[in-house]
Amino acid sequence: MIVDPSVGYRLTVNGAPRDVEPTWLGESLLDVLRDRLGLTGAKGACEQGECGSCSIRLDGVLVCSCLVLGAAAVGRDIETVEGFGGADELTVVQEAFVECGAVQCGFCTPGFIVAVNDLLDRIPEPSDSTIREELAGNLCRCTGYGRIVEAVRLAAERRS
Amino acid sequence: MTVLLPRTLTEASAALVEHPDALVLAGGTDLMVGINAGRTRPETVLSLSAVTELADSWADDTTVTIGAGLTYSAFLASELAQLVPGLAHAARTVGSPQIRNAGTIGGNLATASPAGDTLPVLAALDAVVIVTGPAGDREVRFDEFIVGPKRNSLEAGELIRAVRVPVAAGPQDYLKVGVRNAMVIAMVSVALVVDTTARTVAIALGAAGPTPLRVPDAETWVVDHLDFDGLAVPDPRTLETFGSMVAAAARPIDDHRGTADYRRHAIGVLARRALDRAFPGVSS
Repeated sequence: MIVDPSVGYRLTVNGAPRDVEPTWLGESLLDVLRDRLGLTGAKGACEQGECGSCSIRLDGVLVCSCLVLGAAAVGRDIETVEGFGGADELTVVQEAFVECGAVQCGFCTPGFIVAVNDLLDRIPEPSDSTIREELAGNLCRCTGYGRIVEAVRLAAERRS
Repeated sequence: MTVLLPRTLTEASAALVEHPDALVLAGGTDLMVGINAGRTRPETVLSLSAVTELADSWADDTTVTIGAGLTYSAFLASELAQLVPGLAHAARTVGSPQIRNAGTIGGNLATASPAGDTLPVLAALDAVVIVTGPAGDREVRFDEFIVGPKRNSLEAGELIRAVRVPVAAGPQDYLKVGVRNAMVIAMVSVALVVDTTARTVAIALGAAGPTPLRVPDAETWVVDHLDFDGLAVPDPRTLETFGSMVAAAARPIDDHRGTADYRRHAIGVLARRALDRAFPGVSS
């Protein structure tokens, strides 16, 4: 199959088909989500996979959307932070972040929400060292991580 | 830019013959960084994301064959990881969970960075790279595959299909120095593979030269100073000498990650430590 730059392509985002208008095909999935589809939850910072603020799940696997070529995500199942609960309907992980004060500036938070959901789906009762190792790909420059780890513990407890 | 999305290895190979200038995209952890920064502007990208057969991996009695498309995470979660513990140690030090979920062992080989984490282990294991191209498959020895910094010996139209390593009885280790434990590119690294049946020791250095370096003189010297039955180092001075011999073989450079002097020092420490960890026993 060839993705033709003059035609555009269709992605599946949070279970729904989303058409991407003809565009330069070198755009990362992060740019496509934000600039073409208006899904601005995933944040762009380092654009080299180091900060985790653009974390999504691709076919159920946690990845940095900045390292995925948008056009190569055709036919794959894309889950963004928008698929993990909204303003009216917070998930257990989001509530735990609010209650524990695990958010300061908030820039890294969407990436953490996706990564923590993914962590607890795979490892429902992680130890503190597991939490820290599993979240090593998500950088937060405000909290010092203490409250984030606390929020993960609280979310794990409530989900079990 | 055009994006090719083959579904099978046969389609991928044919597409690469038809578009010899296409850049091959596997996990994206190297290529996408260049595209995002505007350093790489390919006309054609050949994405392997739909070629699931490239992740096929298996073991027989004496070898493990790892598909080029196997991610570090998938390798670590598989039973194969226990058969090649050195490779598992290296895979676990790659990037972060997100990077290990995307990056592939074939990508590490193709990129051929001196700092590639699996490369010293593959060098110490005398891995064989299985390449597929218009003329069919061919096998390339690891030391003939990586030919320089970020240079491999793939020919036009060729893709990495898999890499094969032996299963050996004995300790294996991978030690790496960087500024953090996670999400760090090796400033230097050392892989050590002990075969207690053949009574051999292999050591390879990462980010200490243009390609992963083996140290044959240290490997040959050290086996006469080890107790393979008790996994012990009878004379503690062996550790120092081994570290010095290995450090002397390093060919490091100064760059933004560290100086050549520091790298050489760290290689000596890591070599000594790796030997000590592999032979922890107390000689009688």
